[in-house]
Amino acid sequence: MFRNQYDTDVTTWSPAGRLFQVEYAMEAVKQGSAAIGLRSKSHVVLACVNKANSELSSHQKKIFKVDDHIGVAIAGLTADGRVLSRYMRNECINYFYTYESQLPVGRLVVQLADKAQVCTQRSWKRPFGVGLLVGGLDESGAHLYYNCPSGNYFEYQAFAIGSRSQAAKTYLERKFESFMGSSRENLIKDALFALRETLQGEKLTSSVCTIAVVGIGEAFHILDQETVQALINEFEIAGEEAAAPDQAGVDEPPAAAAGDQAAPGDEGAAPMDM
Amino acid sequence: MGGSYGSTLRYKSVERLKPVGKHSLIGASGEISDFQEIMRYLDDLILSDNMWDDGNSLGPKEVHNYLTRVMYNRRNKFNPLWNSLVLGGVKNGQKYLGTVSMIGVHYEDNHVATGFGNHLARPLLRDEWRENLTFEEGVILLEKCMRVLLYRDRSAVNKLQIAKITEEGVTISPPYSLKTFWNFSAFENPTHGAEGSW
Repeated sequence: MFRNQYDTDVTTWSPAGRLFQVEYAMEAVKQGSAAIGLRSKSHVVLACVNKANSELSSHQKKIFKVDDHIGVAIAGLTADGRVLSRYMRNECINYFYTYESQLPVGRLVVQLADKAQVCTQRSWKRPFGVGLLVGGLDESGAHLYYNCPSGNYFEYQAFAIGSRSQAAKTYLERKFESFMGSSRENLIKDALFALRETLQGEKLTSSVCTIAVVGIGEAFHILDQETVQALINEFEIAGEEAAAPDQAGVDEPPAAAAGDQAAPGDEGAAPMDM
Repeated sequence: MGGSYGSTLRYKSVERLKPVGKHSLIGASGEISDFQEIMRYLDDLILSDNMWDDGNSLGPKEVHNYLTRVMYNRRNKFNPLWNSLVLGGVKNGQKYLGTVSMIGVHYEDNHVATGFGNHLARPLLRDEWRENLTFEEGVILLEKCMRVLLYRDRSAVNKLQIAKITEEGVTISPPYSLKTFWNFSAFENPTHGAEGSW
């Protein structure tokens, strides 16, 4: 995307009918480290790659519990993500206080989307620079939504956002038809496989990723490191070099085909982005 | 069916049972104008709920809690809605029955009542209620309670409605009256066992 004379204000249209500031905000999402979501009839799994600025620092938190039945994974400006998570938590708590019942996730994402839209139509605001994968339960089962800085939201069977997410999406596109009937364990396995795609050769260990699950009868929670490492070992998906050819059902990772959208990669990312 | 004006039973055809949305029914006692106001709040609530146009809907539990919040908040502002409410419904096979008072006291139970119903009807219900009552048996039991309340009220009209809520929806019967018998010997000399009272 190149600079042009219509991209200074969010309230300026381009002659082609585009709002460049909003599109630039969506670029910020693509620069963040990958986040993946998948759902079955009864469960939603969120997974993300954890990047730390240096070996000395801790990992940036990218998965937030919003309520017992809703969680969110973010990519992009984590500060924006934190603020929106606080908003979502507030909405859930207020709803429960009035109705003693859980806020349906479908309604929460609409409220979130409306909040994002406001920032695309005020000259004194800027769009949120974060994409949110919202996973949750309501009366009609498990749902996964993607909320965009533009104020759009979509429901997905499976989705990936952030840098090198195309590799994960390619994997998910092959497998998604089976997700609806997947067991919880297989869903997590697929999430780990998809996550490994985004690492492009780097070894998948529990220290570089975070996995969270929510399901019918299972409150949203982040799996602890030992559990995740055990799952990785069990599925033998540690890395390309360790890919066991005899393992049934293990997909050979496609060659890192995606010469994908994050051209400079993460090294050039501004410190506020994750 | 009655609406009072002070101690006079002035309005004798007031509908105090109303459906709320697809799954619930509300019954009110007390100040009728406040009940009408509550119905406005509930109609707005259900309308907003429908306007989401998604697969979700507010069930009886949610409506009951909403009402509790409304009643309690008004009490805290020293401007109560002068009603006692009964809220029942069925959603996704789950049955629900609760009550809220004008000061926001709320609870669920297998049988609830307002006002004197708590003193005259609940004891009967405690003895005779069972989980597996049929609808007809339930009506008989409720009519027994209503008959006692009718006999013991110094200004009541023999006119009532019974409502039924199932998964399919809400039906409210047209008004009808109970068979009464006024020639019990106890009624002939009411102060027989308590000379001096009236």
